[in-house]
Amino acid sequence: MKFFLFIYFATITGLAILFFQDKELEESIQRGSEIYQDFCITCHQGTGEGVANTFPPLAGSDYLLTYREESIRGIKYGQQGELMVNGVTYNNTMPPMGLEEEEIADVMNFILNSWGNASDEMVTPTEVELISED
Amino acid sequence: MKNSIVYLYLIVITLNFSCAQDAENQVNDPSEIPFTAELLIDGLQIPWGMAFLPDGGMLVTEKSGEIIHFKDGKKTEIKNVPEVYQRGQGGLLDIELHPDYENNGWLYITYSSEEGEDKGGNTALIRSKLSDNALTEIELLYKAGPNTTKGQHFGSRIAFDNEGYLYFSVGDRGNRDVNPQDIKRDGGKIYRLNDDGSIPNDNPFVNTDGAKTAVFSYGHRNPQGLVRHPETGQIWDNEHGPKGGDEINTLKKGANYGWPVITYGINYSGTPITDKTEMKGMEQPVHYWVPSIGPSGMAFVTTDNYGSWKGSVLVGSLAFQYLERLELNGNKVVNREKLMADIGRVRDVKQGPDGLIYVSVEGKGIYKLVPKGS
Repeated sequence: MKFFLFIYFATITGLAILFFQDKELEESIQRGSEIYQDFCITCHQGTGEGVANTFPPLAGSDYLLTYREESIRGIKYGQQGELMVNGVTYNNTMPPMGLEEEEIADVMNFILNSWGNASDEMVTPTEVELISED
Repeated sequence: MKNSIVYLYLIVITLNFSCAQDAENQVNDPSEIPFTAELLIDGLQIPWGMAFLPDGGMLVTEKSGEIIHFKDGKKTEIKNVPEVYQRGQGGLLDIELHPDYENNGWLYITYSSEEGEDKGGNTALIRSKLSDNALTEIELLYKAGPNTTKGQHFGSRIAFDNEGYLYFSVGDRGNRDVNPQDIKRDGGKIYRLNDDGSIPNDNPFVNTDGAKTAVFSYGHRNPQGLVRHPETGQIWDNEHGPKGGDEINTLKKGANYGWPVITYGINYSGTPITDKTEMKGMEQPVHYWVPSIGPSGMAFVTTDNYGSWKGSVLVGSLAFQYLERLELNGNKVVNREKLMADIGRVRDVKQGPDGLIYVSVEGKGIYKLVPKGS
């Protein structure tokens, strides 16, 4: 019986966290979509396809989906120089956008979960805060 | 057999699309390149604006907030530069000398500023003098309002006409349905001021109740090129459209350039903004680009240094990373050429007092186009 109760509470707690985070993630993605419209869409375009050889794609981007920390750092501090995305080398400048940590987390959650991209783990403002320039 | 039908289909569709492309939107490779590009100033990040000093030096603004004085191969950072509102496309933006700089020492600078009560920022225009590598006697001439945390469309190019009026642009600040068509609000406008910041008596809306009296023309989206035509003296601009619909316009007093009521562009998502490209009482562009090249900077060629270029207008392309030359017949574009292909995001282009062309490229620096055979 004790064992059953333990399993029962563990499951309930687990599910609650899952659902709660889902809702939180959904809201973050919604806010992130607005940030994207304002700050990112000019270069990375409406469906994250970028501009061939100039601005790397975000949709299906191996860089974004593999290098989470570097991607956050790029948004936070700006990015300059060579960058390989899906086998294509880009050499360009992305200035720091002056976004707050929460806004960076939101826009990361948006691009990580749009246009076919998917990520289980939600980006939080704390995670953004901990990432330093070097 | 099945395959050949599919291929035939594809060929027909391809033909349809290639015929639909407007010929004026074709950019050609140059048959002859009359210059070699020499990297004059290296190690710059986003050199947004540049100005030529009478002593042969140059001032370059970095979007991040620095002004660099370049002379005899040496860079010096200018001190006492106002703090900029660092967000999105905002930063330290254009710089321009007074036409009589040699006698009065005034230089004009635009930047995104937090000045004012509301959260966020908007475009500011200051003038100041330069002394011991520092800005002095700074005067705020104009501050667009209200502030907003939106990151886009600060406009900010500066130009003087032959009468000594100062023009500068402010983009729609990401509020396209509210700002550009309302002359009682800042944003989506070209402004005209006297050189001391006062409003000229004959500005178009000085007698309109509640109007922003500095406004010269309206219905603009985000003008990042502004230049005086060398012969007519009229001010020309180029401005970013959304997805498609970048434009070159000749600016007329009190005129409405239509954004967002008429446009050759569509939303980034692909949905339409409006079904109209023209309307009575709204100006048509001299030229529009589909797809968008992301135009920034603008210069007329007035010399014979570059073969047949005299009379052409040069425009930087941020999106496709080249310098575009538009050959003009009066106000009509008759040919477009792609120069400096894949050089990087071209932010500004100017003709220097020496008659040579200078091109600023993000992540690279300032290039000087040295005429071939010189």
